[in-house]
Amino acid sequence: MLKCHDATRLMSESQERPLSTLERMSLKMHLMMCSGCHNYREHMGAIRLMTRAFVKRKDESDKK
Amino acid sequence: MTSNQSLNDNAEQNSDILSDGVFLEDIRRQMLRFATMQLGDSHQAEDAVQEALIGALKNATSFGGRAALKTWIFAILKNKIADSLRQKQRMVNTSSLLREEDEDEDFSELFDRNGFWRPDERPIAWGNPEASLREGQFWKVFEACLEGLPPKLARVFMMREFIGLDADEICATVKLSTNNLHVLLHRSRLRLRECIENKWYLEGERNAEVS
Repeated sequence: MLKCHDATRLMSESQERPLSTLERMSLKMHLMMCSGCHNYREHMGAIRLMTRAFVKRKDESDKK
Repeated sequence: MTSNQSLNDNAEQNSDILSDGVFLEDIRRQMLRFATMQLGDSHQAEDAVQEALIGALKNATSFGGRAALKTWIFAILKNKIADSLRQKQRMVNTSSLLREEDEDEDFSELFDRNGFWRPDERPIAWGNPEASLREGQFWKVFEACLEGLPPKLARVFMMREFIGLDADEICATVKLSTNNLHVLLHRSRLRLRECIENKWYLEGERNAEVS
């Protein structure tokens, strides 16, 4: 079974490369059982959102 | 319209763009931030931006419009930065950049020996993160967390997430193996996530500002 450490790594890598079927399935299984990693996945999306908004804010404040 | 005419039109349009001071100043500022982030040295960044701009202006006649010109200028800048990084690596001690990461390093505080979250490190629900984006104080925390990343992690994270380079481009620019890059990005995200959770979602700075 996938451990949290491996699960977070797969969630990170999925932002750079497509996961294999096996990886996707084991991750899905793990996320169903692990609330911490389930939250982690939400956070990865949130951090992307935050980073983009951060860059945009910087652009705007530089213009002032 | 003959192709000659359309070439002339493009040239005219571009000389308009290049005499637009606001556009140039905007793009110079963006380039400078991009270069400073990656080189970690504002003088080297100035040089790279200067060279890229000069190179771009010399050949600016063949571009149709601002978006194309901007993409092209950044492509030149990326090459200049890659050159600078290569030189830097030759000059400075290369071992730290090239060394394969020890994968277990600094994960033990987050995960137990079996690879599961330690109870007090397990990620909590953040609620609606978009609400945080509207709060000024949140951005101070976010920036502090970014700055708290070790320089090497910060560099690859920013190349990936700020500039939007893909994994292959980053590996080629900073001479990393794909596996090594995955380790560095994983570690950056673990750290950044933990920092945001601790400093914003747990520490109640959000509440302090509301009250």
